[in-house]
Amino acid sequence: MSLKEKLVSSFLAFELDTDIMSNVHKIRSQSIKEFEKIGFPNSKDEYWKYTPVKKILNEKLTLFNKKRHLIEFDKVKDFFLNGIESYKLVFIDGMFDPLWSDTTHEEADVCILSSVLEKEKYNNVISKYYNKLVNSKESFSLLNSSFSKEGAYVHVPKNVVLDKPVEIVHINSGGESSLMLQPRSLVILEKNSKAQIIESHYSLTGKQESSANNVDDFIDPLTNSLTEIHINENSNLDYYKIQNDVETSSIIDNTYIDQKSNSEVSCHTFSFGGNIVRNNLNFYQNGTNVNSILKGVTILGTNQHTDHHTLVHHANPNCESYQEYKGIYDDKSTGVFNGRVVVDKIAQKINAFQQNNNLIIGDNATVNTKPQLEIFADDVKCSHGCTIGQLDKEALFYLKARGINENDAKGLLTYAFANNVLENVKMQVLKSKIKKIIADKIGVNLGFEL
Amino acid sequence: MLKIENLHVSIDDKEILKGLSLDVKPGEIHAIMGPNGSGKSTLSSVIAGSEDYEVVKGNIFYNDENIEDLSAEERANKGIFMSFQYPVEIPGITVTNFIKTAINSNLKARGEKEMPAGDMLKKIREKSKLLEIDSKFLSRSLNEGFSGGEKKRNEIFQMAMLEPSLAILDETDSGLDIDALKIVANGVNKLKNDDNAIIIITHYQRLLDYILPDFVHVLQDGKITKSGDKSLALELEEKGYDWI
Repeated sequence: MSLKEKLVSSFLAFELDTDIMSNVHKIRSQSIKEFEKIGFPNSKDEYWKYTPVKKILNEKLTLFNKKRHLIEFDKVKDFFLNGIESYKLVFIDGMFDPLWSDTTHEEADVCILSSVLEKEKYNNVISKYYNKLVNSKESFSLLNSSFSKEGAYVHVPKNVVLDKPVEIVHINSGGESSLMLQPRSLVILEKNSKAQIIESHYSLTGKQESSANNVDDFIDPLTNSLTEIHINENSNLDYYKIQNDVETSSIIDNTYIDQKSNSEVSCHTFSFGGNIVRNNLNFYQNGTNVNSILKGVTILGTNQHTDHHTLVHHANPNCESYQEYKGIYDDKSTGVFNGRVVVDKIAQKINAFQQNNNLIIGDNATVNTKPQLEIFADDVKCSHGCTIGQLDKEALFYLKARGINENDAKGLLTYAFANNVLENVKMQVLKSKIKKIIADKIGVNLGFEL
Repeated sequence: MLKIENLHVSIDDKEILKGLSLDVKPGEIHAIMGPNGSGKSTLSSVIAGSEDYEVVKGNIFYNDENIEDLSAEERANKGIFMSFQYPVEIPGITVTNFIKTAINSNLKARGEKEMPAGDMLKKIREKSKLLEIDSKFLSRSLNEGFSGGEKKRNEIFQMAMLEPSLAILDETDSGLDIDALKIVANGVNKLKNDDNAIIIITHYQRLLDYILPDFVHVLQDGKITKSGDKSLALELEEKGYDWI
């Protein structure tokens, strides 16, 4: 039985186990029907041409864990931002972990999606916002809409500035070898509000340490994550994705962001880990004077693969978007950047910028980069650029002429290349954490404070 | 300190320096002047250790050691400094972090301990004051978006921090207005002592109004065609290079 057949046939069992009175029952049933029709993508699809998705779609993957696994805090404390207060939503093997979480219902709702889906008082919110942005032709989104029942729920009411950042941390305990997790998050910022969110996914054990009886039975885990974000007028979201998982774990991430007038969203994606990572980051500008900022740093080695597919849909006039993605590829790693910008006929006076720069360090590393501009308005400013190359020789000589040895000079320039994308990261603690990961990834010992 | 003998240098099989000799002793300031394309910048790059050029013939001795096979960083570690005509912009690393890395790299290469953070800070403060550099400037990305004058001032600031025994100033006066020129010249003069030497490479003599050279050499078509004292620079300014 293929993974697709297995998933489709397990939907009945899933529904039996879930409240069919739930107001998302219809969405689930429709999604699985649609998924059954279109199935998984393959490399013949233009949208998936450069990402070998087949490799991670193992038929032994399962949706449900057999039992709750406990984890010692020592093993996971580095997954959190230390040194600042935050709301925390922690999920272990797809299940909410109240022990390490810190939720709130005071000024805003920072809690779990499952209770929102079940409780009647949230019916209005769900019917207004749930599954409203999702691409109904995208296999993994459909799959998530079919099976997801848990994840983060963040709802910031009108005129509220959320006092602490929200950390959403998904942990795969490794207690079961073949989980295909389906986390689902819903974020709503009402008018004139503000929030900061950090989302990360981690797996605790790889093949070697698996508790599975036979190491050969270990199936690399796969996370299929979906996030819907609604930003209403005059609101502002700072959103960070940290992808720094072990090299056996893969993630498919679909994020859909809807922005109303005078709102600003910046999304940073830090891709440093994992086996196969695919990000579909979609911005819809449904208002005027909207600003969307998409930034990314990707640093890979060994056989790692990361694919960034971005979409910015300019559907209204007088808006801006700014995309800056940088990648550093060592060994046999591969990277993809596909930046799609759609400008509707009425979306005059928009300014869309896109830049993708890549450093190839490994002799066998590969990058495929493609700007994809579809412009139907005639009074707009759209610019794009991409580069794939090595370190600048002149810059290298400049550093060496100051007495810095070749290795350190290369490390410093590589660090500087990536570091430059972090200027908009407003949270100092996070900035330092990311800088340290970058320095560590590049293997450079910097003689200064990060 | 620096002894260059019959130096022939090529780039892409084109000969640029065609038998250049120069002898610089501690405590001396030498000015090398010449028209465009005479090989001035090639000379400074070759001394600093650029790999773009090929030394075809001749020798460069630094403190009696033939440095032909030394890399740029090894030369810098031994106290050779070049102020770049066109300093490279490096976004993502601040002036302060860059100079810290450079100083500690040199100390490490010489087998010495890294400079304690407090000492470093004190030195940075002292030297930036010497060059009238604002503290905001130090936390900007290296050379990124700097004006011509700021770039050159930053080069001399690095020189002040690194305290080289041989400094080559390649067209340091270009892109400077008169006030910046005075600041830079004043900085260089304060750094000058009996144990170090400076080579000033320039097209015009105006920097030499502020930094007085002991010797002036004329570089033409890859060779030194005339040497003299400060008065030679003035004569060149008046008559141009053609009369030699």
